[in-house]
Amino acid sequence: MTWKQMFTSSVGKKLVMSFTGIFLILFLIVHAGLNACIWANDGGEMFNKAAHFMGGNWVPRILEVGLFAGLILHIVQGLMLESTNRKKRSTKYAVNYGNKGSKWYSRSMGILGILILLFLILHLSNFWLPNRSSQGLSLSGEIDLYAKMKETFATHSPVTAITILVYVLGCAALGYHLAHGFQSAFKTLGVHNKKYQQMLMAIGYVFSIVVCIAFAMMPLSFHFGWIS
Amino acid sequence: MEHYTMNLTLKVWRQKNAKSEGHLETYQVSDISSEMSFLEMFDVLNEQLIRDGKEPIAFDHDCREGICGMCSMYINGKPHGPWQANTTCQLHMRAFKDGDTIVVEPWRANAFPVVKDLVVDRTAFDRIIQAGGYVSVNTGNAVDGNAIPIEKDKADAAFAAAMCIGCGACVAACKNSSAMLFLSAKVSHLALLPQGAPERKSRVVNMVAQMDKEGFGACTNTGACEAACPKEISLSNIARLNQEYLTASLVSEK
Repeated sequence: MTWKQMFTSSVGKKLVMSFTGIFLILFLIVHAGLNACIWANDGGEMFNKAAHFMGGNWVPRILEVGLFAGLILHIVQGLMLESTNRKKRSTKYAVNYGNKGSKWYSRSMGILGILILLFLILHLSNFWLPNRSSQGLSLSGEIDLYAKMKETFATHSPVTAITILVYVLGCAALGYHLAHGFQSAFKTLGVHNKKYQQMLMAIGYVFSIVVCIAFAMMPLSFHFGWIS
Repeated sequence: MEHYTMNLTLKVWRQKNAKSEGHLETYQVSDISSEMSFLEMFDVLNEQLIRDGKEPIAFDHDCREGICGMCSMYINGKPHGPWQANTTCQLHMRAFKDGDTIVVEPWRANAFPVVKDLVVDRTAFDRIIQAGGYVSVNTGNAVDGNAIPIEKDKADAAFAAAMCIGCGACVAACKNSSAMLFLSAKVSHLALLPQGAPERKSRVVNMVAQMDKEGFGACTNTGACEAACPKEISLSNIARLNQEYLTASLVSEK
């Protein structure tokens, strides 16, 4: 079987979702870990050092290209799968409770993914875009990201309130997306043993809750002055 | 269990043939015994229609013992009706009460086109089996049943997968109209046994290719199929199929 045959089959397309999904999960761990430096309560010194390591160093800057490639592949493949799957039943049921036994978020991965994408567009335009446009292709010229976070979340205006709401809802969508995606990715990779499946399901739930709360707490911490 | 009779309103999908448009038609049936099976209730309705000079409703059925996989009604929004681990023929009217309205539709999936009324064409499943769901055996004397030792756990797991009757409830329940639970049961059944080993790799590759060709959707591991399956085929078979497929593609020569 050629690579093309493999990755264009229905199982292969899911493998692409699984590989890129696990890659993005690893990125979330790094992202949440670095951002957690805001809670060092040192006026953003540690956070800006971490941000400088990521933005002022060629290794993470090159890896960033891989991250975007993985993200785009995940989004494009996901949207294509969603749209093809929807076309497989032209006549809908008049009454439908056939989803019994499945969780609502497992059936809504496409919608949750689109919500995360919308949040991501706002998120990137808040921080990543101003920083990289200030830097260009060089390693210097970074903006003070801690100050930028403060400016985005700590002020009291309708724009800030809407931004924070979008961030919290985006984190919730991410949490539910992960609650299904985490364990489903491993099933797609072929983990069928009950002991591992149960373990991965538990880890997946804990991971999705922890990541969702950790990210949501960041704008809230700034806004409500929980960090100095 | 107390016996009772009931009057029911039925809304049944009527469709003349594969090309015509279908619609839900309303019928009244009375004095239905709680001890009847769902299909017997349909027999009563059909006799009533014949008496009235109308076309009886076409529906698939064969053994009426829950083992052949022919019956295929989507009852009140669920494949095979409200009971767990049950086929339509084994669904009894005691599942309903007097005055109920029951909506009966055929399996809905483009890979299962409606032939007439509640009958759908499920030969796509046959073609998937023909693509690799078998073991090639040279002709000759039958081999002794115990000649090949098989671990009890594996034999049990293979048997649990072989329980699949190919009714298509998994496809009917899946939001993607995916046939992965069916396919994974067939692949697992043979992958777990030594007899299936020689053709293990080509089997999974060919069967997945045929499934895609038939127009079924991709699996998203929601678990709706497992809940609807009359034989309670486990979702973990799908993960095993994925493993079989990944292994077969990674070690292939080309």
